[in-house]
Amino acid sequence: MFQLLGIPPQALFGQLLLGLINGSFYALLSLGLAVIFGMLNVINFAHGALYMVGAFVAWLLLTSVGVGYWGALVLAPLTVGLLGIVLEKTMLSRLYKLDHLYGLLLTFGLALILEGAFRHQYGVSGQPYPIPDALKGGQNLGFMFLPNYRAWVVIASLTICFGTWFAIERTKLGAYLRAATENPTLVQAFGINVPVMVSLTYGFGVALAGLAGVLAAPIYQVSPLMGSNLIIVVFAVVVIGGMGSILGAIVTGLGLGLLEGLTKIFYPEASNIVVFVIMAIVLLIKPAGLFGRER
Amino acid sequence: MSVTSNSTPVALRGSANGAGTVMIAAVLLLLAVAAPFVLYPVFLMKVLCFALFACAFNLLIGFAGLLSFGHAAFFGGAAYITAHVVKVWGWAPEFGLLAAVVVAAGLGLVFGLIAIRRQGIYFAMITLALSQMVFFLALQLPFTHGEDGIQGVPRGTLFGLFDLNQPLTMYYAVLAIFVAGFALIWRTVHSPFGQVLKAIRENEPRAVSLGYRTDRYKLVAFVLSASLAGLAGGTKALVFQLASLTDVTWQMSGEVVLMTLLGGMGTLLGPVVGAGLVVTLESYLASTSLPVPVVIGCIFVVCVLVFRRGIVGEVMNYLGKNRA
Amino acid sequence: MPDGAMTKTAQVGTAMLEIADLHGFYGESHVLHGVSLEVRQGEVVTLLGRNGAGKTSTMRAIMGIMGKRTGSIRFQGTELIGMAQHKIPRLGIGYVPEERGIFSSLSVDENLTLPPVVKEGGMTVPQIHDLFPNLKGRGSTQGTRLSGGEQQMLAIARILRTGATLILLDEPTEGLAPVIIEQIGVAVRALKQRGFTIVLVEQNFRFAATIADRHYVMEEGHVVDMIPNDQLEANMDKLHTYLGV
Repeated sequence: MFQLLGIPPQALFGQLLLGLINGSFYALLSLGLAVIFGMLNVINFAHGALYMVGAFVAWLLLTSVGVGYWGALVLAPLTVGLLGIVLEKTMLSRLYKLDHLYGLLLTFGLALILEGAFRHQYGVSGQPYPIPDALKGGQNLGFMFLPNYRAWVVIASLTICFGTWFAIERTKLGAYLRAATENPTLVQAFGINVPVMVSLTYGFGVALAGLAGVLAAPIYQVSPLMGSNLIIVVFAVVVIGGMGSILGAIVTGLGLGLLEGLTKIFYPEASNIVVFVIMAIVLLIKPAGLFGRER
Repeated sequence: MSVTSNSTPVALRGSANGAGTVMIAAVLLLLAVAAPFVLYPVFLMKVLCFALFACAFNLLIGFAGLLSFGHAAFFGGAAYITAHVVKVWGWAPEFGLLAAVVVAAGLGLVFGLIAIRRQGIYFAMITLALSQMVFFLALQLPFTHGEDGIQGVPRGTLFGLFDLNQPLTMYYAVLAIFVAGFALIWRTVHSPFGQVLKAIRENEPRAVSLGYRTDRYKLVAFVLSASLAGLAGGTKALVFQLASLTDVTWQMSGEVVLMTLLGGMGTLLGPVVGAGLVVTLESYLASTSLPVPVVIGCIFVVCVLVFRRGIVGEVMNYLGKNRA
Repeated sequence: MPDGAMTKTAQVGTAMLEIADLHGFYGESHVLHGVSLEVRQGEVVTLLGRNGAGKTSTMRAIMGIMGKRTGSIRFQGTELIGMAQHKIPRLGIGYVPEERGIFSSLSVDENLTLPPVVKEGGMTVPQIHDLFPNLKGRGSTQGTRLSGGEQQMLAIARILRTGATLILLDEPTEGLAPVIIEQIGVAVRALKQRGFTIVLVEQNFRFAATIADRHYVMEEGHVVDMIPNDQLEANMDKLHTYLGV
């Protein structure tokens, strides 16, 4: 039988696709983390929990209100974004003048609360979420079978990532964001309401996590702990990429997902730790991260 | 870059109130000796193990300004080592603990060499990620027995003299280990080395300009902290005759942060008080239907928002104000 | 403001900015101790004084970039103390900070158009380019790639677009070569011609003397003297004592 590097092509491309999908989620989540960190100087430990909340909102919309996937794709990120704005207004905003580590500790506590509460309510087992009808089935590409939904997840994530990049780097609104990230006091002195910008930025960042949760629901099932280990991998992605650049967060996320997929093929035992090993190597060679600037 | 920079004055002052401190220490020690006649020894031993763990963690955050979010790797990792060498290789408990400390120190050295290249939030994220790697290793390596963990670890006979299967003997052994660990931390904090650490915490660039190789100091502090966390983990494995995945999870790393935060970062007694409270609370919650992580998370949020000095920190601040 | 002549004749003499017994604090430290001064419409007024006398702090207090303020700061009759920080510039006050504050992640054009237009009558981009020809054709350059003098021009230019009528200029000549200082001086005089009201912090009073109407001298957080520009010569000795030059 035809083989590539001693691996059947179906298995190779299958794992690469899986890696690409994981990478899409890494990219979406680390993008949100980077946007939030730039503006708030907070590492949002609750990011994984809010990703889970996004998936649960989609599941609850479907099971108790009858709103399907496409509705959830809009409503769940909005819900998570609003929740984020409330959390920022009531809690995070009190910590900006303190050491940045307090933001990490606060969001860690919030992650425990969110995950604990959903676990208490729904148990640890996953809830299935159906693939929307329009995206059922798949394409036979000759060398592999490509499920439509998975193709959609990759395309949708990439579109959102690059859309966000464009909005931040190339639009007026993005110019405000970049300026406020650099020097919020001066931007405020130009007559812009920076506290509101900060709230909206946090809301937007966590809405991206909520959106990732909806995209993930049909693939990974909906479970209270779906974000808890993911967030640590995403932290490692962020350390590898460095917080300096939006594009860096996207590229690093995708790249590491693919690399993880490759590891699954050639040395499956190491697939869980490959990202952390790479993080250690990158730190030893380039402590600021691949795209980072020391700050 | 220090979490405690706005609560500095609460740190125990060495010689100024030396006599009072000795008195307090003597009273606490007496209480600890008498405690097993009133409370369950197993409960007390659990508190002592976590108290030592939290004190080790506090050495970093409270006195060097480094927030490690990966201390579970040393605590839980060392527990596996003790459990394995005692159960499978038949080592005596003292050598089991020694192995735990050595391995934790080695792990601490590796973590430290990588993590001290960054500061602040990054330091926290890197230690977290590295400890997650240890978690996956514990999940996959054959000797740790995956989800089951290492069960039925024999307690053995300490130095060939003390039969640790006797609950009281085990308790006093644990107490002795705790006191030794605490004394070492005390000495460290009040030594010239400890003074340099505090200088680094307050203003690292200045410490560098004074000619201190701050990375070396941070690394030594990190290895010391990891070793003591390992000692605590190894001891816990003997007490509960079990090493399991729970002790290497990031939630465990978070728990030790909470104990220290609740008791008071940068105070010597704070982590002990925090550990006692959290362990007590968790055993109480176990008998109710309240979800433990939610309660723990709420305490976290409240501590960070309104109670950053922690219990001991608040008390000392109050006493300090009254004195002044 | 483009139609400077009208505003000048109509309103010169009315107080635009009145500061009375202003105290200011950064955290625990008390930096302003009862500043009182007045700036009339169309005037150029400088704040002179040694380092740490409270000149920059006075400007920051006006913009609300200060922990706690007491006393009164009135702009065209509106009290600024207690007002939300982002609303102050929207009344028509533009601030050019000492460190210039050019954003490195923004291009020159993005820097120029960042401050929102708060009032009608701001200068257009071609008018700004006429005033500062150096900025022409540099639109896509990264803001901080400009020379120090060009960055200063950009920092002033971006305020002119907004329609602000009062401009706070903090040490625009600091660290610049004499030929560049000359260019900045020309620009500030042109702005005065156009009817802008300007408060200028300066260490370089030789420069200040060429453009200002009046000089306030500050010491230890309050105003100790006011010297009209035409009496500057007569007060040279006094001024030397104040500034310690």
